[in-house]
Amino acid sequence: MSAGASRAGPPRLLAGYVVAYLVFLYLPMVLIPLFSFNDAVQAAFPLKGFTLGWYRALAANDSLKGAVANSLLVGAASAAAATACGFAIAYADVRGRSRLARPVALAARLPILMPGVILGIALLVLVNLVGLGPSLPAVVAGHVVFCLPIAVVVLRARLAALPRSLEEAAMDLGADEWTTLRRVVLPLAAPAVASSLMLTFITSFDEFIVAFFLTGTEVTLPIYIWSQLRFPKSLPSVMALGSLILLASVLVVALAEWIRRRAGAEAAAARS
Amino acid sequence: MSSEAAARHGPRGFDRLAAAPGAVVTATLVLLPLALVLVLSVRVNDGTLVAARFTLDNLAGVVFDPLYRMVLARSLAIAALVTIATVAAAYPVAYAIAFHGGRHKALLLFLVSLPFWTSYLLRVFAWKIVLAYNGVLNSALAGLGLVGAPIGLINTPGAVVLTLAHAYAAFAILPIYVALDAVPRSLIEGAADLGARPWTTFTRVVLPLSMPGVLSAALVVFVPTVGDYVTPALVGGPSSTMIGSIIQSQFGKANDWPFGAAVSVVAMAVVAVALLLVAAADRRFGRRA
Repeated sequence: MSAGASRAGPPRLLAGYVVAYLVFLYLPMVLIPLFSFNDAVQAAFPLKGFTLGWYRALAANDSLKGAVANSLLVGAASAAAATACGFAIAYADVRGRSRLARPVALAARLPILMPGVILGIALLVLVNLVGLGPSLPAVVAGHVVFCLPIAVVVLRARLAALPRSLEEAAMDLGADEWTTLRRVVLPLAAPAVASSLMLTFITSFDEFIVAFFLTGTEVTLPIYIWSQLRFPKSLPSVMALGSLILLASVLVVALAEWIRRRAGAEAAAARS
Repeated sequence: MSSEAAARHGPRGFDRLAAAPGAVVTATLVLLPLALVLVLSVRVNDGTLVAARFTLDNLAGVVFDPLYRMVLARSLAIAALVTIATVAAAYPVAYAIAFHGGRHKALLLFLVSLPFWTSYLLRVFAWKIVLAYNGVLNSALAGLGLVGAPIGLINTPGAVVLTLAHAYAAFAILPIYVALDAVPRSLIEGAADLGARPWTTFTRVVLPLSMPGVLSAALVVFVPTVGDYVTPALVGGPSSTMIGSIIQSQFGKANDWPFGAAVSVVAMAVVAVALLLVAAADRRFGRRA
């Protein structure tokens, strides 16, 4: 009896801790949507009444719409470039036929080991030196570097898990490297390419620290939010905007996870 | 067209072409900018990037000025506190998911990693409205009659530690979980069969085997927090200026890029030392299964 109690005890304590931890993780985030519907400028209790006014104000805001369009553009360009480069780097590294592949794969993951502020100023120096200056293309360059480790890690895991025999069979049947890559490797890696695209897109879309140094007159969404944080009066609108961004982020990440898991289940079914 | 190219270059040509985009991008966008920062840090600030004279004054100024040493020490202290708090808080969660997750494993992992993908700026902003002088927490406490006057939670280093610990919480769980999940269950059963109590099994078997995960979790939390400038600006106030705030202002308002580059170089050197310490600790304590 006492042994049974002690065995059941720790997990129950542990389960309580996990719940408390999840509450700590999510509670501050839940406040943003909560106060975005609150009819008061100050985010404080008691709640003053329900309103959709802050959302209506967003719909009428043209500089916000410009920032959203810029962020979608930057996110799409960065995701495409980071995923394409990440694929080339991961493929070369996994197949390991070039002596350059290993050091390149290490350098591509180097940005994880550097605080964002240093990546930001380093790229700021570069874009000024080549005459580009702070601009949307500069932000894209910054986000490609920032997202590259994510793309390499996601794609490398999938490519390393692919059975090499499939490629060897294709080559034995007369396909050259390009055909094997296009007809065998790319289709098999497609789920990882899709989740890399989504994760790098969402990372770029939400990124502030690097973009802050590289943004010119055309701002991205996080930079726009930052500029609004100075005005107490615009905080409710920021919360309405933040709620929409949180909702969109959650949907995209859930979709990426769903694709990844379905691909995993397919691979497991194919193996058995 | 592509197969013609392959035929022209042969297998070696394909390998080189496959490695080329990665090599070009990492060289121009990762290695070159870092080299430029290094060069800029020993330039005189005369408004030009390339033509200026060389000097060691910037680096000497960062290393010997007590103000910058204090800010650097504060950044290290805040980042260390955040790292310890984040990793210690995450460990039991990773443990619970790895050993007691059961069929909810995937869902729990998804729940703890979801905030990782949401806007960092919004996570920090959430704490600004929680901790504000007339904010959520103070108004809730006043409403419950627990405090008479609002308490000063915001604009303290403690607010920075709390906010960063929350913002980077999701980073710590995954590496620890991966390490714990790889611990062979037979070792735990073996320890129990040999008469070890659960706590002894944990401290002598599970914890040492999970150290590589703990160390990489510490790394992914420490590196971004030590250079952070958003959290000190939003919830920290002037008494919580961190090294990232100094770099940001040198490349912004203060407009002394070479000095900002010198601060960056010193900060990078400090991070590199931290990484080497972690690598040494990994070799010493990390026993891979």
